[in-house]
Amino acid sequence: MSRFSLKGWNGKLLRVDLTAGTCTDEVLNEQWAKEYLGGRGLGTKYFTEEVAADVDPFSAENKLILAAGPLTGTYGAANGRYMVITKSPLTGTIASSNSGGYFPCELRYAGYDMIIFEGKAEHPSYLQIHNDKAQLVGAVHLWGKSTKETEDAILGEFHGDAKVACIGPAGENLVSFAAIINDKHRAAGRTGIGAVMGSKNLKAIAVRGTGGVKIADPAAYREAALDSYGLLKENPVSGQGLPALGTPVLVNVINQLGALPTRNFQKDTFDEAEAISGETLASTYLKRNKGCMGCIIGCGRVTGLAGARFSGDGEGPEYETLFALGSACGVGDLAAITKANYICNDYGMDTITVGATIACAMELAEKGLISEKEIGMPLSFGDADAMVKLVEMAGKREGFGEKLAMGSYRLAESFGAPELSMSVKKLEFPAYDGRGIQGIGLNYATSNRGACHVRGYMISPEVLGLPEKLDPQATADKAVWTKIFQDFTATVDSSGVCLFTTFAIGAPQFANFLTAATGAEFTEETIMEIGERIYNMERVFNLKAGVEAAQDTLPKRLLEEPIADGPLKGEVSKLGEMLPEYYQERGWSAEGIPTNERLQTLGLA
Amino acid sequence: MQKLIRIEPSKCIGCKTCEMACSFKHTGEFAPSRSRIFNEVFLDEAKFITVTCMQCDDPWCVKACPKAAISKEMPSGVVIVDKDRCVGCRTCVSACPFGMIKYVPSLGIVDKCDLCGGDTPECVAFCPTQCLTLEEEDTPLRQKVLRFVDAMKEGQMEVRK
Repeated sequence: MSRFSLKGWNGKLLRVDLTAGTCTDEVLNEQWAKEYLGGRGLGTKYFTEEVAADVDPFSAENKLILAAGPLTGTYGAANGRYMVITKSPLTGTIASSNSGGYFPCELRYAGYDMIIFEGKAEHPSYLQIHNDKAQLVGAVHLWGKSTKETEDAILGEFHGDAKVACIGPAGENLVSFAAIINDKHRAAGRTGIGAVMGSKNLKAIAVRGTGGVKIADPAAYREAALDSYGLLKENPVSGQGLPALGTPVLVNVINQLGALPTRNFQKDTFDEAEAISGETLASTYLKRNKGCMGCIIGCGRVTGLAGARFSGDGEGPEYETLFALGSACGVGDLAAITKANYICNDYGMDTITVGATIACAMELAEKGLISEKEIGMPLSFGDADAMVKLVEMAGKREGFGEKLAMGSYRLAESFGAPELSMSVKKLEFPAYDGRGIQGIGLNYATSNRGACHVRGYMISPEVLGLPEKLDPQATADKAVWTKIFQDFTATVDSSGVCLFTTFAIGAPQFANFLTAATGAEFTEETIMEIGERIYNMERVFNLKAGVEAAQDTLPKRLLEEPIADGPLKGEVSKLGEMLPEYYQERGWSAEGIPTNERLQTLGLA
Repeated sequence: MQKLIRIEPSKCIGCKTCEMACSFKHTGEFAPSRSRIFNEVFLDEAKFITVTCMQCDDPWCVKACPKAAISKEMPSGVVIVDKDRCVGCRTCVSACPFGMIKYVPSLGIVDKCDLCGGDTPECVAFCPTQCLTLEEEDTPLRQKVLRFVDAMKEGQMEVRK
């Protein structure tokens, strides 16, 4: 076994063969660690080296990788994140989904940077890790349990201080947008990674770690952290907006801009926005603010429905959830949205895709393309009770839930109207209309996992004015900005740091952190190059997997139907103007294929 | 007057940065299991409670130590372990009713909070919400007094039973 000489990383991964029931330690590939960091980058590197692009996501040959970054478990910004990498059953693309909390840090304190699951367990199982001891144990008694029940049972039978990531019934039922939930309320939410975990008969991962993360230059690291803390505190988004109201701060902001997708993108302002805003949440169901481990922002919202017409407690809803289960469905009932959010957490489901899929069903019903009989109940926009009911049915795959579990694209396609699925590459849009905000539209079209805001958050420059204000309706310069955001985000996702820090800190700070932590040298240039390398690696995988460049597009509604109402009335996406320039910026062919020359420059060919 | 780490749980966001900062300063690693301050997160109750050594006036650990390795230094009032005298017998660990002194196998001696030896304690310096502050323990928070005064005002200046 070769040695791993750098600090920051533990230099060790755990390989779990579910078919054979074995757990084996491996030294992390140091060269790859320098080139791809950890998390999304390194996880995808291992994945693409070991798994064929045409793999069936639910086959034993698909692998599931949980990867922390070299900064996960340290202080400095908001360093409690990890990434899950696999091939998505929803999109057929590379899937990587991010979550924060305590679990990612505990994995690092146990001495691991990454876990690779391969094969398929014969019976429901879960993984126990206690420092350097790892074993698979039976989980028949946990199968069918909610994520909360699962975590409580594991804390009771394994270790009271363990941290747990698990799937709920949705993952077991192979719902194509099932999530992996850690620490009860935090979700690696998108692209159906929980279904892949379910297909492997893997119910949970429980970790107890009492070791430490070693840092190459502690004094320099401490200085970098203090510098970053200052910047994060002074910043209006990370220092004020997010701590005060969490992500729901955006409901009123985006609604006033006229880009809050409503009724499956048929409108862009929501009459009941105030009722589902961050301000309303703060004065009703909010119990307190919460941070992930090592976070100085604390955007988490711990809530409870005491006194409301629904019951329960947990975390959320986040902004994207308020859109998907709220405005997208025309639902202005905050208690109902919050309840549906809790159901998603308990069943382990992506709130965005389930909400957007219900919104799609509502439009199919509105247009008479689907009957009341087929749904099993009357369904129309604004029906809060039906929305809550359908969320649960999707998790159970019960009745019409069987159809919903396919996601909006396959649902709409099965009723002959795929154009009513508000998605790219079969992943549903989050809560910003790409018609009114051109750059985010370009990012949706070109994101490697489909319509996703956290692959290139152009809302930051186009709406929030960070790092500088861009005109949302203009197309000029959006290609170059989108590329920069996508590349930098890939690096952030590979460091173990929360994307929300990037409102305040950029490549220079990440270079300082990574250099001080690892002892290898990182510069602003290498930070951006690593991101670009990761982005191209994902792109190459997708092309091999059959997700063609022609899918770098938006639904007809965004390209041809002008926004019907509000301040941005009349706008459509001008994707056609931006896409050729984007390919050029990326050094790809006019057809969107990475050139051999560019791949060689990035060390990918 | 003695200074202590004052903890206001209502401001805590459960981020455990205090545990990270403490362990990083004193062990050179990010190892919350070796922190001298404990940030406990109760997910179901949505409560975050932080505890550390309160530097007792008449400490159980000092009285229990058979080697006189622990002392309450004056005027700082900080309870200190003399690393050269400690033999690692762990009697203090049993004696402390709060569990705030612990044996460290790798060092062979016990370890506890020393308020970072006179500097701003590292947990205080890194606490993102000022849940932790270094204060003179005898002085109540001005805000607490004001809250009480407000309550009195609302109650028409009467304290009710």
